[in-house]
Amino acid sequence: MAITTRSHLKRLENESIQIIREVAAECKKPVMLYSIGKDSAVMLHLALKAFYPSKPPFPLLHVDTTWKFQEMIRFRDAIAQRYGLELLVHTNQEGVRQGINPFDHGSSNYTHIMKTEALKAALSEHGFDAAFGGARRDEEKSRAKERVFSFRTSTHAWDPKNQRPELWTLYNARVQPGESIRAFPLSNWTELDIWQYILAEEIDIVPLYLAAKRPVVNRNGMLIMVDDERFRLQPGEQIEEKMVRFRTLGCYPLTGAIESTAATLPEVVREMLIARTSERHGRLIDHDEAASMEKKKREGYF
Amino acid sequence: MNIAPDLKPEDIAEYIASQEDKGLLRFLTCGSVDDGKSTLIGRLLYDTKLIFEDQLMALEKDSKRHGTVGEEIDLALLVDGLEAEREQGITIDVAYRFFATDKRKFIVADTPGHEQYTRNMATGASTADLAVLLVDARKGILTQTKRHAFIASLLGVRHVVLAINKIDLVDYSQARFEEIRAAFDQFAESFDFDSAVAIPLSARFGDNVTQRSPQLAWYEGPTLLEHLESVDTATAEASGPFRLPVQWVNRPNLNFRGYSGTITGGPVRVGDEVVVAASGKTSVVDRLVTMDGDLPEAPAGQAVTLTLRDEIDISRGDVLAPVANRPDVSDQFASHLIWMAEQPMYPGRPYLLKIAGRTVAAQVTEIKHKIDVNTFTHLAGKQLELNEIAFCNLALSHPVAFDPYEANKDTGSFIFIDRMSNETVAAGMIWFGLRRATNVHRQALDINKAERAALKNQRPAVLWFTGLSGSGKSTIANALEQKLHERGKHTYVLDGDNVRHGLNKDLGFTEADRVENIRRVAETAKLFVDAGLITLVSFISPFRSERRLARSLMEEGEFYEIHVDTPLEDCAKRDPKGLYAKARAGEIKNFTGIDSPYEAPQTPEIRVNTVGHTPEAIADDIINRLEADGVLERPLDWHI
Repeated sequence: MAITTRSHLKRLENESIQIIREVAAECKKPVMLYSIGKDSAVMLHLALKAFYPSKPPFPLLHVDTTWKFQEMIRFRDAIAQRYGLELLVHTNQEGVRQGINPFDHGSSNYTHIMKTEALKAALSEHGFDAAFGGARRDEEKSRAKERVFSFRTSTHAWDPKNQRPELWTLYNARVQPGESIRAFPLSNWTELDIWQYILAEEIDIVPLYLAAKRPVVNRNGMLIMVDDERFRLQPGEQIEEKMVRFRTLGCYPLTGAIESTAATLPEVVREMLIARTSERHGRLIDHDEAASMEKKKREGYF
Repeated sequence: MNIAPDLKPEDIAEYIASQEDKGLLRFLTCGSVDDGKSTLIGRLLYDTKLIFEDQLMALEKDSKRHGTVGEEIDLALLVDGLEAEREQGITIDVAYRFFATDKRKFIVADTPGHEQYTRNMATGASTADLAVLLVDARKGILTQTKRHAFIASLLGVRHVVLAINKIDLVDYSQARFEEIRAAFDQFAESFDFDSAVAIPLSARFGDNVTQRSPQLAWYEGPTLLEHLESVDTATAEASGPFRLPVQWVNRPNLNFRGYSGTITGGPVRVGDEVVVAASGKTSVVDRLVTMDGDLPEAPAGQAVTLTLRDEIDISRGDVLAPVANRPDVSDQFASHLIWMAEQPMYPGRPYLLKIAGRTVAAQVTEIKHKIDVNTFTHLAGKQLELNEIAFCNLALSHPVAFDPYEANKDTGSFIFIDRMSNETVAAGMIWFGLRRATNVHRQALDINKAERAALKNQRPAVLWFTGLSGSGKSTIANALEQKLHERGKHTYVLDGDNVRHGLNKDLGFTEADRVENIRRVAETAKLFVDAGLITLVSFISPFRSERRLARSLMEEGEFYEIHVDTPLEDCAKRDPKGLYAKARAGEIKNFTGIDSPYEAPQTPEIRVNTVGHTPEAIADDIINRLEADGVLERPLDWHI
């Protein structure tokens, strides 16, 4: 599929490249949050385009909770190597020492300690004044009002009532020392746009997005993949081999698979077009409480 | 319906091919709480099957809790995102929504309609191709409809739709529709939109939103969705002239030097002769580089990296343009300004201005007139409050390249940033450059400041005394001047009260006038320093930003901010001119410390405590400091 100059994907691509370049030009020390998922894959692809023939003038940062799918980690390292990019991996070692895990500590607590707190610590430790994130406004209601350049205080807090007006493509990246900007180049993309773009640009994604036989258990109506020996079976649970794929990737004990036979990208797009549930449905963390994302974002989550 | 639900695997390639040319339309919706705006957007999402089952379930749950339409699903709740909005049942910020059909992808900016949210509407309008103005069929065109049309027009939105909602509540009456449409046509005419279409609909029941309605059989025009899918919104920028504001200089190695940016007016071709607007240097486009391969030609909107045949000096913020069709280059222009901050704007106060890739210092030199957004009448004004719109003259610290907003939104728009808080405080649309800048060149003089100062055997400086009325500024300045004079130094004292009898006798005590008062004194002090004088300024100067302006006019190390830090109660007790008594009695308005703020310096060069110290002793302390800094030489020690 060729993208013509008129198409919506081209307009989205141009907009994202402008945003990425603007951050690189205005901020002293930017970093790109790389979560290994399909949105990160698209964001990285756009960054490669934005600076070609130079390399992106910032490192990638992955917050590793130690509970990611093994395939994600292999994919992450291969990508960094292929493009010769600096990859920073940060893990909340204190959380690891305390044995924080998604089974015993609840998805909400676990996410807060191993993701939100870890991310904040990594950003402060390196002194980044800007961080790219792959969030989209269509993902969730509180994101719909998020700015492209989202201002964060020195404690990484987000105040939804005190956001800078954002007009045209004139982004305001000015911050005091310690404060930072979260930049969202994919703000105006939808899930469908992401898939169509991956297809059109032949972007490599983690194979977990494509259907294959995988060992899963059915827990509370969600299919959870048994990715390593740390998985604890509850009474009555059985591991089954099923043809499944993932619409979104995160920590494997918290990420639901869907039964699917879509083993190629076009088939995934086709399923996407007739899908009847939104992608965040597969993420346990959003079900915990109403307006949960707004709360998490105030606390510093992406 | 739109996104084919029964797509077969073999159709997928065809489907994807059909998406290649799918366009994109950005529109904003404006209307007030009761016009059903959120419901309309919810309806568009719902009818285009963009609501998933789990969202629908959540919606049903929310409808029971917050809903306003009884047992039905409240579509508005799909759109109101933040907790505060759900609780209040109104939209308070710009929310972006997405849906798509086979023909187009849509980005909707959902903006609040009240006058106190003018800035939010302007934000949504800045990127919109089209505006949907919502009215309630029962109420017809209201003041707010005209306001919305005006703001849309001011921000350069060329297409409007008048969505006459709740047509079900007037029994689907054609007569009522025609009545409202006639009123709309009449006032829309003055805005000269490229298209202005009225559509009767019911967002709640879905009539004429995406589907025709038997109730509206008399209506022959398009449904709202049909119109949004087909309206032609080609922009002026697409046909040029070429503009490339340089965002980032691309230098991977010594052999490649490219200029990365987004073409904001197009197209450009390899071989075109181009000029750097500010420097006037010319060259020829050598390559248009992208990761997907070089392009022979690139249209407006395309992000590229361009290389030139000649090595010329170009940096971020420079604008490349055709030699025969250049943008203006000036440090002064006239523009519309929308004020977006709680803190008012005063002419003369310094801000940062960001335009394309450049950020420079800027100030409003004159408010030509304010515009009443409801009646469009022009009003006089000395300051600009939150959500007010004015036509202003601006002066910048450096010349920038720009186009009139009408010709190019990207090179014709700017924002103001507060220097302290870093907030975005205003948005501006340029009308035209002021020729003064290009024709009035600074006269170069042969004798300079250093030579004038050398003849006087001194280092010029500004000693800026700030503090409350009655704090002792003038008394100390007087004592200090005597001591400097005894040492053979050439001095002058600019005193607040004295200057107000002459140079500033046209100014009062409003905040706007106080800003102008200080600006003039700061400029005068700058001239005196240039003449080689040690200049003592004794002014209350209550605002940080004006003192910062004064500092910015002087050279490094030349400006001493001296805070005469006498507590308010002591000043009031002294009350040498009887002013505090009058202010407390309400006879003087805007008196600093009583009903007008004093912003104390945070890091003054010198802070003076007057309680228990004589003016002479304080003057000696200041002299000691000036000696330590080398501004004054130490007197020879006669006792050696």
